[in-house]
Amino acid sequence: MKGILGRKLGMTQVFAEDGTVIPVTVIEAGPCIVLQKKQLESDGYEAVQIGFADKKPKRATKAEQGHAQKANTGAKKYVRELRGVNLAEYEVGQQLGPDVFAEGDVVDVIGTSKGKGYAGPIKRHNQSRGPMAHGSKYHRGVGSLGAIAPNRVFKGQTMAGRMGGERVTVQNLQVVRVDTERNLLLIKGAVPGPKNSFVTVRSAVKAGH
Amino acid sequence: MNLVRAIAEEQLRKDIPDFRPGDTVRVHVKVREGQRERIQVFEGIVIRRRGSGISETYTVRKISYGVGVERTFPVHSPNIERIERTRRGKVRRAKLYYLRGLSGKAARIKEIR
Repeated sequence: MKGILGRKLGMTQVFAEDGTVIPVTVIEAGPCIVLQKKQLESDGYEAVQIGFADKKPKRATKAEQGHAQKANTGAKKYVRELRGVNLAEYEVGQQLGPDVFAEGDVVDVIGTSKGKGYAGPIKRHNQSRGPMAHGSKYHRGVGSLGAIAPNRVFKGQTMAGRMGGERVTVQNLQVVRVDTERNLLLIKGAVPGPKNSFVTVRSAVKAGH
Repeated sequence: MNLVRAIAEEQLRKDIPDFRPGDTVRVHVKVREGQRERIQVFEGIVIRRRGSGISETYTVRKISYGVGVERTFPVHSPNIERIERTRRGKVRRAKLYYLRGLSGKAARIKEIR
């Protein structure tokens, strides 16, 4: 497992060698700092904790500052743990850049999706619409709420409600280019979240086909 | 956003001549056949130019053996060896879709001299 934290900058396109157009998302990946190594003996599991984007000292709590101080750095805005790594390869205070990935690697990208507010069932759950005319009084509402015999609505019934703003993982995206000079990762396809939102890029969990 | 733009701008070609819808152009397309690469010329009237920056494309229409053929190319595609404008056309709109319904003499475009 390899991984890095970054910021989604936006989308553009690049030309492949054979001239085909590849849609890419540009991610500012790193520099990230290894803040802590979680050990089996002391923490019960193995992971590396990495941080990205400096936080203003004024906004950071004393605890955050002290924690980052152990890695000889300032408090970070975005801190995540990566599990399933080889701990020997990491040291506290080590800096990570986009070069943890190479061109052609398959990755998963985790982010927070754009918030859509209070959305109806058509947008939120891909339900179908009723007829809009010919005397139909059923347009975009939620359909049947289930059988009447139980005398209640079962949990998990798809209805209108808050949509988006939740953690989303997009699996098996390809790394198109790695730019170590500007700390950029170009990843084929779209990734969750608005521009300038934080994302985690890690090697694909289900790759291998 | 600037970095995104920078990545796009690195790929922009500077050798693109100025051409507009209505112009007649010769597009030298690189065609790969196995290992060999050769140049194929596609000559016709530009009927549309859309988009901006790296994603800008144009469509060239020609009549080939009595059949209308349209091809759309990205302006900055590395697959285009070269593009030359052979004729400037006088047209009054940006999208010349009306040419699809015309044939023969009626589908001609006046030249700007």
